[in-house]
Amino acid sequence: MQALRGLTWLLVLQSLGELIARGLSLPLPGPVIGMLLLLVALRWTPVRESVALCADFLLSHLSLLFVPVGVGVMTHLSLVSQYGLRMLAVVFVSTLLGLGVTVLSLHLLRDRRETDEPHKDAPHA
Amino acid sequence: MPKFVELWVYLSATPLFGLTATLAVYTLAQTAYRRLGQAPWANPVLWTVVVLASGLLVTGVPYPSYFAGAQFIHFLLGPAVVALAWPLWLRRDELRQRWGRLLVAALAGGVAASGSALLMGWALGLPAEVNLSLVPKSVTAPVAMGIAEQIGGIPELAAVFAVLTGLVGALSGKYLFDALRISTNPAGWAARGFALGTASHGIGAARAMQVNADAGAYAGLALGLQVVLASLLIPLAFRLFQA
Repeated sequence: MQALRGLTWLLVLQSLGELIARGLSLPLPGPVIGMLLLLVALRWTPVRESVALCADFLLSHLSLLFVPVGVGVMTHLSLVSQYGLRMLAVVFVSTLLGLGVTVLSLHLLRDRRETDEPHKDAPHA
Repeated sequence: MPKFVELWVYLSATPLFGLTATLAVYTLAQTAYRRLGQAPWANPVLWTVVVLASGLLVTGVPYPSYFAGAQFIHFLLGPAVVALAWPLWLRRDELRQRWGRLLVAALAGGVAASGSALLMGWALGLPAEVNLSLVPKSVTAPVAMGIAEQIGGIPELAAVFAVLTGLVGALSGKYLFDALRISTNPAGWAARGFALGTASHGIGAARAMQVNADAGAYAGLALGLQVVLASLLIPLAFRLFQA
């Protein structure tokens, strides 16, 4: 029951997010606004208890959710056969760069600021 | 024999087929992945996609009739994005303490991934709409589709690039981090996880969650952060350049 209530909360917040995104024509996708709303709503214990179960389940099987879109590769076989190798090279190199830059910047920043006081001004809910 | 063919034609046209096939192949792939000691190359998403796509091509089942069933799984991507608030909430104290450097790392990684993809695509002579579909590739697939649509890319292609990016990250992350001598103490795991979530979204994060709890939590955090940053900044950057 708790997990079901959690799923209901997620769907309600996603719908609210869609409404806000469309109503105010914001550049953010509905689910992203839903995520920000949930971040605020999690302060409330009933929401937190029910969402915890459902979120853990959904996020631990996150990779399954990409399968239907992934199988869609088969509908773009002509593009893939024409540019496949080049597209793969771009994806491969840019992903390694993204991973490397992120991990190295965290590494560098950590070494320099290790003894710093923690920041007190938190910008979010 | 004709009876079997009739039965297959009937089954493959109902939503039951796409849903069952997806779950059955995925659970098998998960079992194999665990038996193989979670080796990166045994990635369950990769093998599920390969098996399902080649199976559909061989049997001649069109993608839309597969998707009629698989859409029930696809639909959960929306609530899953909302659920990303949960790992952010769990780590809210660390986020408060380190938000400055995490934000810098997320921005640097996101810009490096999108920028290098756009430049390389252009240098290799890929069509413009392919290039634009490459830009949001470090963001989780449903959000990448939305961003690609806004900047003039092809949403389906953007989703495929996002999945590929996730797989590249999940497959190669370990080797890259080892080569860069990122340690495997808690801080090192946090950095590894954060990089996986930033540059290879949900699929990289799923890998991180399976390998180490610290890595998984930071991957979830990075994933949520990247979703917000990319969906705000990528359309904005393109609007500024086109103006």
